[in-house]
Amino acid sequence: MNRVIPRCAVNMLTFSSLVCFLLILYSQTSEAKNSEDIRCKCICPPYKEIDGQIYNQNVSLKDCNCLHVVEPMPVEGKDVEAYCLRCECKYEERSSGTIKVTIIIYLSILGLLLLYMVYLTLLEPILKRRLFGHSQLIQSEDDVGDQQPFANAHDVLSRSRSRSNMLNKVEHAQQRWRRQVQEQRKSVFDRHVVLS
Amino acid sequence: MAEADGTSSATPTEEMNGAGNLMDFLDEPFPDVGTYEDFHTIDWLREKSRDTDRHRKITSKSKESIWELIKSLLDAWSGWLVMLLIGLLSGTLAGVIDLAVDWMTDLKEGVCLSAFWYSHEQCCWTSNETTFADRDKCPQWQKWAELMTGYTEGAGVYVLNYFLYVLWALFFSFLAVSLVRVFAPYACGSGIPEIKTILSGFIIRGYLGKWTLLIKTVTLVLAVSSGLSLGKEGPLVHVACCCGNLFCSLFSKYSKNEGKRREVLSAAAAAGVSVAFGAPIGGVLFSLEEVSYYFPLKTLWRSFFAALVAAFTLRSINPFGNNRLVLFYVEYHTPWYMAELVPFILLGVFGGLWGTLFIRGNIAWCRRRKTTLLGKYPVLEVIVVTGITAILAFPNPYTRRSTSELISELFNDCGALESSQLCDYINNPNTTRPVDDIPDRPAGPGVYSALWQLTLALIFKIVITIFTFGMKIPSGLFIPSMAVGAIAGRIVGIAVEQMAYHHHDWIIFKNWCRPGADCVTPGLYAMVGAAACLGGVTRMTVSLVVIMFELTGGLEYIVPLMAAAVTSKWVADAFGKEGIYEAHIQLNGYPYLDQDEFTHRTLATDVMRPRRNEPPLSVLTQDSTTVEDVETLIKETDYNGFPVVVSRESERLIGFVQRRDLILAIKTARQKQDGVVSNSVVYFTEDAPQIPATNPQPLKLRRILNLSPFTVTDHTPMETVVDIFRKLGLRQCLVTRSGRLLGIITKKDVLRHMAQMMNQDPESIMFN
Repeated sequence: MNRVIPRCAVNMLTFSSLVCFLLILYSQTSEAKNSEDIRCKCICPPYKEIDGQIYNQNVSLKDCNCLHVVEPMPVEGKDVEAYCLRCECKYEERSSGTIKVTIIIYLSILGLLLLYMVYLTLLEPILKRRLFGHSQLIQSEDDVGDQQPFANAHDVLSRSRSRSNMLNKVEHAQQRWRRQVQEQRKSVFDRHVVLS
Repeated sequence: MAEADGTSSATPTEEMNGAGNLMDFLDEPFPDVGTYEDFHTIDWLREKSRDTDRHRKITSKSKESIWELIKSLLDAWSGWLVMLLIGLLSGTLAGVIDLAVDWMTDLKEGVCLSAFWYSHEQCCWTSNETTFADRDKCPQWQKWAELMTGYTEGAGVYVLNYFLYVLWALFFSFLAVSLVRVFAPYACGSGIPEIKTILSGFIIRGYLGKWTLLIKTVTLVLAVSSGLSLGKEGPLVHVACCCGNLFCSLFSKYSKNEGKRREVLSAAAAAGVSVAFGAPIGGVLFSLEEVSYYFPLKTLWRSFFAALVAAFTLRSINPFGNNRLVLFYVEYHTPWYMAELVPFILLGVFGGLWGTLFIRGNIAWCRRRKTTLLGKYPVLEVIVVTGITAILAFPNPYTRRSTSELISELFNDCGALESSQLCDYINNPNTTRPVDDIPDRPAGPGVYSALWQLTLALIFKIVITIFTFGMKIPSGLFIPSMAVGAIAGRIVGIAVEQMAYHHHDWIIFKNWCRPGADCVTPGLYAMVGAAACLGGVTRMTVSLVVIMFELTGGLEYIVPLMAAAVTSKWVADAFGKEGIYEAHIQLNGYPYLDQDEFTHRTLATDVMRPRRNEPPLSVLTQDSTTVEDVETLIKETDYNGFPVVVSRESERLIGFVQRRDLILAIKTARQKQDGVVSNSVVYFTEDAPQIPATNPQPLKLRRILNLSPFTVTDHTPMETVVDIFRKLGLRQCLVTRSGRLLGIITKKDVLRHMAQMMNQDPESIMFN
C-alpha cells in the first residue's frame, strides 16, 4: 500500500494525457450540435432525361427522405414516386469539433517530439561540449559498462542517501532513460536480437 | 520459495529513506527479491502462489474492520476498473489514430483551404458543388498542383502532383523511422509476436512502456499515411497492451504479480483487435486463439468487457461520421448459391498459396535483414521502400488511395448509385427497379479497364508487402492481406458474374440464375477472398470468421467464409506448419513453447544437462558452502539457478535457488548483517549447523530456497516433460534417479530439443 502513493504521483503525467483525450470526448458531446454537422444526403441516379444529382440538406433524421430533401423536385406528378424510389437518402452526422481538437493535439504532440528529437540529436552534444566538466556524474554513468548484474547497485544506494536536489534527480532520471533507450537501440538495430 | 510475507516487506530503499516520498519515483528502482531480469521467463507457479497468499491475507484482514472490508471489496473490483480504463484509453487512441490517418493520407494529395484540419471527404461535406458524376470535387479542397500553379489539367500538373505525393510519403516515413530510432526502438514492427511471447511468460522490459506507447501511436499514423503497404491492426494490439500495462502499474495487485498482469494484457489485446475491426467478439476470440497462452474463463468475461468498452468509446468519438466503427462495413444481404462454393474454395486455395508465399518470402527477407549489410541501414531502407512504393502506387488509382478505402470499395456492391469505374456496368435505361435489386448486367468498358488496373495492383501488393512487413516502423499485415484477397476475390467475382450473364444457358447457371435477376455479388467474393488470404497468412480459424461476419453484419455468409478459411488453412498447412507470427517468433529465437504436440520417443535423459562430456552439475550444499564459494560459483557460471543438495556425497535434493535471489541476498547480508564475511558458511536448513565458536557467523538463506522444485525421473518420456513445461509454465525441471540428483532440464533445452527433432537449427534459440 505504501508504494501506491508515489506510483499515483508518477502517473499524474499519464492522467493528464488521459484528461487531454477525454477533452476530445467532451468536446464532442458538450458543443451545441453545430447545424453544419448534420446532413441528409440524397443521391438520385439519372432518370429519363434528367441527369444524376446529389442533394444535401441540414435536416434531422425524421425528415431525411426524398420528399423533404430533393428540392427543387425535377419531375412532376406521378413521376415523383418513381424518381424517389430510385433515390437513396442517408443521414450522416459528424463532429467537427472532435476532428479539429484531435488533429491539433496530434500535430502539437508531433511537433513537441520533433523539437525534442532535434534537441537530443543536434543541440545537446554542442551544449555538452561547451559545458564540459559541469557534471562528472553524467560522464561516469556513461562509463558504466560493467557486465556484472547490479554492479552499480552499491553506488545507487550510497548516492540516494545524499541526493535531494530535484534538478539533479530529473537529470539522473533522464540519463537513466537515455541509457535504457540506448540498450533497446542496440538490441533492435545493432545486434538484431529482438524484433528483427 | 519466496518469503511468506513477500509483498508487504519494505524494500531496502524504503527502509533507508523512510516511507516513499514524492521524489522517490525519480530514483532508480531497487530490484526486489522476486522480480525478474530482462529477457528471462517468469515462474508461473510462484506468481500464482503469491497471488493466493495476498488474497488470503486480504480476506482474513477484511473481518477486522469496515475499512479493511472496503479495501477487500476494492481489491476485488480493481480488475473491472482496470478493464474499464483500458477500454476507454484504447478506444480514444484508436479514434485519434483513425482521424489523424484520414487527414494525413489526404494531405499527400491536397489540402482543405477553409479549414486545414479537414480531410478530403470532410472538407467537401457541406459543399453544394458536388455533382453526381464527380462526387469528390469541391472548390474548398485543392490538390497541391492546383494550389501552386492554378491549373487543374495538363501533363505538368500531373507530374507536379506525382512529385509532391512522393515527397510527402518520403517525409512521413522519414519522420516515423527517426522517431522510432531516437525515442523508442521497441515501437517498430507489428508487436504481435513479441506480445505472444510476453504473454507466455517472457519479460521484455520497456516493450510495453509509456514511451513505446506514445511513439507507437504517433509513428503508426505517420507510417500508414505514407502510403506504405501496411496496416494498423497489429500495432493497435501493441498499443492496447501498452495501455494495459500502464494501468496495471496503478494497482499493486497487478504491478507486483507478473502472472496477474498477463491476464490483464490478454484482455487488453482483445480490446485492441476490437477497436481495429469494430468486432468485440472477434477480438476476444483473437486474443484467445492467437495471442494468449493461458486463458482462464475469468479472463474471457473481462476481455469481453474491455472490448465492449473500447468499441463503445470509439463509436462515441465517431471517426467515420456515420456511426460505423470500421471503414468497410457493408450491409447487403443478397443470398449466395451452392454452386458458388466452387469459386469460394478456389479463393481459399489462392489464399493458402499466397500465405505460404508471403511467409517464406518475408522470413527470408527478414533473415537477410538480420544477418547482412541490409540491417545496418534501417533508415535508408525505410526511405527506399517508401520511395518505390509511392512511385509505383501513384499511377494506378487503386493503389494511390489508402488500402482501407480500396477494400471498402471492393467489398461494396454496385447499386445504381455508385460512380466508380468498377461499377461501370451497362445499364438498361428503362428499368425502374428499386436500388438494391439491379439484375446482372454486362460489364462496360470501365469495368474492363478497372480489371486491368486491379490485376496490376494485385501483383504490386503481393510483391511490396513482403518487403514492407518487418521494417523498423510500426507495421501490421491484416489490411494488406485483406487487400490482396479482396482484389483477387473481386476479379473472380466479376469473372463469374460476366460468365453467368453471357452464358446463362449453361447447366450450372440455368439452375441457379434466372435471367433478369440478381445472381452473383462480386462484393461477396471480395470478402471471401480477403478472409482466405488473411487466414492463409495468420492461420486464424474461428476468430477470422467471427471478425469477418462482424465486419459485414451478414450472418448468412458464415458458410462461404468458413469454407474459404478452412481451405486456405489446409492448403497453407500442407506447406508449413507455422503462421507468420510463429515464424517470426522462431526467427527471433524467443522461448515460446507452442501448443503443438510432441510426438517423439525420447526420454528425459536424452535432453538433460550435463551431458556425458560436460562438467558436472554446479550445486550448492545444504550447510557446507561458504559465501566465497557461492560468489565464485556465480562469477564463473551464468546459470540461472542452482540445485541445493544434502551433501556432495549423497546427492539428495533439498530444493532450488535462483541466481538473482542469491546475489541480492548475499549483497544485502554483507551490507546489513554483522559478522558475515567470505568464510561464513551459508546454510539452508532451519537450524544453524554446529560450528565452533571461533568460526564467523553463518548466513541463513532458507527464505530464498524453493523447497518444492519439480522433478522427474530419468526415464520420463519427453512427451510428458514437454506437457508439464507447457501446462505449468515451468522454467526448469530437475532430473533424479533413485532419489539422487542427476541433472537439470531448462526450457531452453526443451526448445532446442524440439527444434532438433524438427530438423531446425537448435542454436537459434537465443533466450532462456
